[in-house]
Amino acid sequence: MDNVYVQVEGLGKRYRIGAKRQRYRTIRETARDMALAPLRRAGRLLAGQAQGAADLTDTMWAIKDINFSIGQGDVVGIIGRNGAGKSTLLKVLSRITEPTEGEARIRGRVGSLLEVGTGFHPELTGRENVYLSGAVLGMRRFEIHRKFDEIIDFAGVEKFIETPLKHYSSGMYLRLAFAVAAHLEPEILLVDEVLAVGDAEFQRKCLNKMESVGGQGRTVFYVSHNMPTVARLCQRTIMLHQGQVAMDGPTREVVSAYLTSELGTRAMRAWDDPRTAPGNEIVRLRAMRVRDVHGEVSDAIDVRQPVGIEFEYDVLKGGQPLVPWFTLTNEEGVDVFSALNHAPAVDAQPCSPGRHRSTAWIPANLLTEGTMVISPAILTNHPRHVHFYERDAVAFQVIDPLAGDSARGQWTGQMAGVVRPVLNWETEHLTSGPAQVGTPALEEPTVTGSNR
Amino acid sequence: MPEVASQRRPAPSNIQLPELTIRARHGWAALRLGELWQYRELLAFLAWRDIKVRYKQTVMGASWAIIQPFFTMVVFSLFFGRLGKIPSDGIPYPIFAYAALVPWQFFSTGLNQAATCLVTDARLITKIYFPRMIVPLSTVLSGLVDFVLAFSVLLGMMFYFGLAPTVQVLWLPVFVLLTVTTALGAGLWLAALNVQFRDVRYTLPFLTQVWLFATPIAYPSSLLSEPWRTVYGINPMVGVVEGFRWALLGAETEPGGMFLVSCLASLLLLVSGAFYFRRMESTFADIV
Repeated sequence: MDNVYVQVEGLGKRYRIGAKRQRYRTIRETARDMALAPLRRAGRLLAGQAQGAADLTDTMWAIKDINFSIGQGDVVGIIGRNGAGKSTLLKVLSRITEPTEGEARIRGRVGSLLEVGTGFHPELTGRENVYLSGAVLGMRRFEIHRKFDEIIDFAGVEKFIETPLKHYSSGMYLRLAFAVAAHLEPEILLVDEVLAVGDAEFQRKCLNKMESVGGQGRTVFYVSHNMPTVARLCQRTIMLHQGQVAMDGPTREVVSAYLTSELGTRAMRAWDDPRTAPGNEIVRLRAMRVRDVHGEVSDAIDVRQPVGIEFEYDVLKGGQPLVPWFTLTNEEGVDVFSALNHAPAVDAQPCSPGRHRSTAWIPANLLTEGTMVISPAILTNHPRHVHFYERDAVAFQVIDPLAGDSARGQWTGQMAGVVRPVLNWETEHLTSGPAQVGTPALEEPTVTGSNR
Repeated sequence: MPEVASQRRPAPSNIQLPELTIRARHGWAALRLGELWQYRELLAFLAWRDIKVRYKQTVMGASWAIIQPFFTMVVFSLFFGRLGKIPSDGIPYPIFAYAALVPWQFFSTGLNQAATCLVTDARLITKIYFPRMIVPLSTVLSGLVDFVLAFSVLLGMMFYFGLAPTVQVLWLPVFVLLTVTTALGAGLWLAALNVQFRDVRYTLPFLTQVWLFATPIAYPSSLLSEPWRTVYGINPMVGVVEGFRWALLGAETEPGGMFLVSCLASLLLLVSGAFYFRRMESTFADIV
């Protein structure tokens, strides 16, 4: 039995929203809303305001019926689209706001990092802010005192600790803020997207610190849009969709599912209504398809075969050259490459009105296994204008059947990297028997790999 | 148990970790003063922050704490004392007014800042958990520094007017405490209301002004006869102001019925304010 745990049962949080939006939520539901009672009562206190309070009749569930349990040392990612309820879940778990129904049982001290620099005051010095922010985040005075030098060292702002915070650059501010946060030692840490800021080097430092946090047996909830970070930090991931747990499992699977099914993307997508299709008055995208080497629409592509990305679009107003473009993103959110039709003729020749089809073939043995997501665009170079850019329109899986003739050879284990080309290898036989001690090394490297 | 790094306080299974159940709460809630005590360091830090920041980037700095009540005293002495010929219980009018203005300034600053503190610290409230009562409490307590500064001038004036304090001065902490409870009680009510109804902010200057004239600062409460003088104690600041004059200047307003009424009124204000605050607390982060 774990010593530290978080157990969530039927957790739900309902927000009141303005009456103008979301009319379809039932008003009856609201009438029963116990949470509204104090509001109404307060409204009656100030009679002039009663109408204003009564106007707030519509509600929405930010999260509903959330169930999961987490043990000690789990680093759990929470992903989902904007408005899926990620932040609300963290706010409920960190006790900033109360749930409307259900409960969460937590054993262990909880620390939450919902923003960078919680409690910072611009008029105070760096030193004073370390103490203030530390206290706000739940550290004891002696604890802050003991770690003070370490925090300043981590942030790299030794020279400025007596300078008021308002004179800090934004980078210094972030570094100091995260340095304080990184030295928190609760058993359970709730982190909301704080790593989305700061320069690359410092982000890496923070990631390392976070990883070591996980390694210390601490339980971490990590909300993020950044799939590589989630994949790197978390073993388990919970995907939220419209306030509910859509999937809960090993990070790789959940992230892969998030990048495909949850977004409603698959190997083919058509836009039936020309008015809502991606585009403008010049061009509208009507369909995107992923085709295999036989010309079939397929969402499972053999790594050894080329794959075709097909655009079908209506040119509504001729006279402009139109260049198709797409970006290919892998399941970790890394943009593997972008491609556009670079043929000089495309830029030279204005498109005539009517339906067009363009297909780009991605060569065989380029991609790795996993989920690939296509974000198409159509643009004009002169004058430069992007007519539309549709994120995550279609997706497909790249599969290696392990037949021995892919870039894997006979290897069946993990292979790192975002691409997996087949290379030409050359090996020469130089000497017989093992090299003698003292034998001078050959001056020129004689083993090369190249197919150029 | 996973391996725990050495620099971290280990959490072996025999250590009692806090357990917590988060669920919806309905209706009135307990005050949970124990939790307030747990967060006393945060209380101290926030009060310290308020003190440090209060007069930042002002030319006069902390002397504002003295200038404000002192010049009010000058104005009062001129208009009410000199021109209005308002009686002052046989005490020189300037010190009669100033002895009342010192606790009044403490009260009105505390009340005003407590009333708006939740909105001022909205970022803190929406990003981290702590008992919210810490915020108004720290703002009221941070005013003690200003109070001490203004009070030192009062001592100087007593010396100037040749008024030596008697043993009655030992009562002074009681009156200071009564000021704190009154400011906090009214502050809790207004702070909780202000989260939802920003009208409070616009009502505040008016409320403070009315309260100022409803308190015997420019005039003595002896203008009233009993039993009205005792009833007058319903305004807790009446007890405070007359208490100050009695303890320091030897005015004939020794604690009696009026003071008792003030204490009860203040306590009622504080307890009701605390419960109302706790009741509304769960909505703060959502609507502030």
